[in-house]
Amino acid sequence: MTSFKSFQLELDTRHDKYERLVKLSRDITIESKRTIFLLHRYISAPNGEEVLNESEVKLDAVRWKIKQVAQELIGEDMYQFHRAISPGLQEYIEAVSFQYFIKTRSLISVEEINKQLIFTAEDREETTNMTSNSQDKEPHTWSLKVTPVDYLLGVADLTGELMRLCISSVGNGDIDTPFELSQFLCQIYDGFTFIGNTGPYEVSKKLYTLKQSLAKVENACYTLKVRGSEIPKHMLADVFSTKTELIDQEEGLS
Amino acid sequence: MSVSAMFVALQGALTADQDIREEIRKVVQALEQTAREMLTLLQGVHQGAGFQDIPKKCQKAREHFGTVRTQMESLKTKFPADQYYRFHEHWRFVLQRLVFLAAFVVYLETETLVTREAVAEILGIEADRERGFHLDIEDYLSGVLTLASELARLAVNSVTAGDYSRPLRISTFINELDSGFRLLNLKNDSLRKRYDGLKYDVKKIEEVVYDLSIRGLNKEATGGAGGEK
Repeated sequence: MTSFKSFQLELDTRHDKYERLVKLSRDITIESKRTIFLLHRYISAPNGEEVLNESEVKLDAVRWKIKQVAQELIGEDMYQFHRAISPGLQEYIEAVSFQYFIKTRSLISVEEINKQLIFTAEDREETTNMTSNSQDKEPHTWSLKVTPVDYLLGVADLTGELMRLCISSVGNGDIDTPFELSQFLCQIYDGFTFIGNTGPYEVSKKLYTLKQSLAKVENACYTLKVRGSEIPKHMLADVFSTKTELIDQEEGLS
Repeated sequence: MSVSAMFVALQGALTADQDIREEIRKVVQALEQTAREMLTLLQGVHQGAGFQDIPKKCQKAREHFGTVRTQMESLKTKFPADQYYRFHEHWRFVLQRLVFLAAFVVYLETETLVTREAVAEILGIEADRERGFHLDIEDYLSGVLTLASELARLAVNSVTAGDYSRPLRISTFINELDSGFRLLNLKNDSLRKRYDGLKYDVKKIEEVVYDLSIRGLNKEATGGAGGEK
């Protein structure tokens, strides 16, 4: 009987922690989504810098939440609670890599993401086994490591955002971005096909959507190339919008 | 770093991961084999003749646990110690089965519930997470629930074999177990589902005890002491 009392305590502690992590994960997801929406407003507009700065602030807020997650996981096996935080982390990766792409036109690496997730503590004595990173010599730090799978899934989501960015940038009369994006997406797609089915099931599922996004962007570039030489620049947006609708319809049918 | 270089690195990580899983799967298969052998051995107690030599069967089963311990040792070397839960799913089932077997042997010997620490010791692993490969509490509880259904069956068969006192003792034991589990706040997961089956085991054993009582067979067994339960 007494042993069951202690079991009760142990299970309750575990479930509570899990619930707290789920809640944090939800918050991270929501904030990351908002950041992505914000970044979509950045289309070489005059207030571009402003938007970027604002997104940085938002991401900092997200990172602060992730820090709380890292604190919850001190001394725990991260994979025990991985299912609770995975969706949030993926969304965060999507947001961060999107911002990184807009700034530098390249793909953020796992190492880069992990580097931003090393937190310094002011008052904590404990360090987790995850903090034993060689690059930081301060003793009071801990970090959260993004798993390769989470990273992959986040990047796969990123391609969807890039597709949207491509379409809307054409709408704004920007005809360089689509070509850059097409090339970039092509690289990512190649990367994913290289991984193929060695990855987990979820990754292969995303591959299909990725292919669709790539096709959309490629078609957009094609239309730009073909029509671009014939039609005056100020009418491009009109031509393009009818064409994308056509693509959408085709996909609805297939 | 270029995009393709990044994906090559990721692919390397994924392949390494798969190799680990492959290794774990091999050891787990061996563990499952041992567990099956033990189960067959212990199933003997349900047949009439088997009741006489329960201690001998337990003795033999204990020998098998030696094999389990060496297999567990090799399983521990297959993956980094701090990533227990990353690969937990692979050995979860067999570990629950082994907990049940250990609990069954201990029950047959002493008619008490094995503690989590004792199970860990029998299997050659640790009781808490801090000290390495450990026995997760949910796995322990799952194994104990399997024991409950096995005992319900044992109660029926011991009556058939003419042992009228055993069902009464099993009844007390299961009732204690039931009230223990009632203390837990279970989430809606697999453990909770298995716990929902416990009440049927309790019911089954109570029916057996009832059948014995109305025929006055329990008195005979307890030496005319009278009161049932």
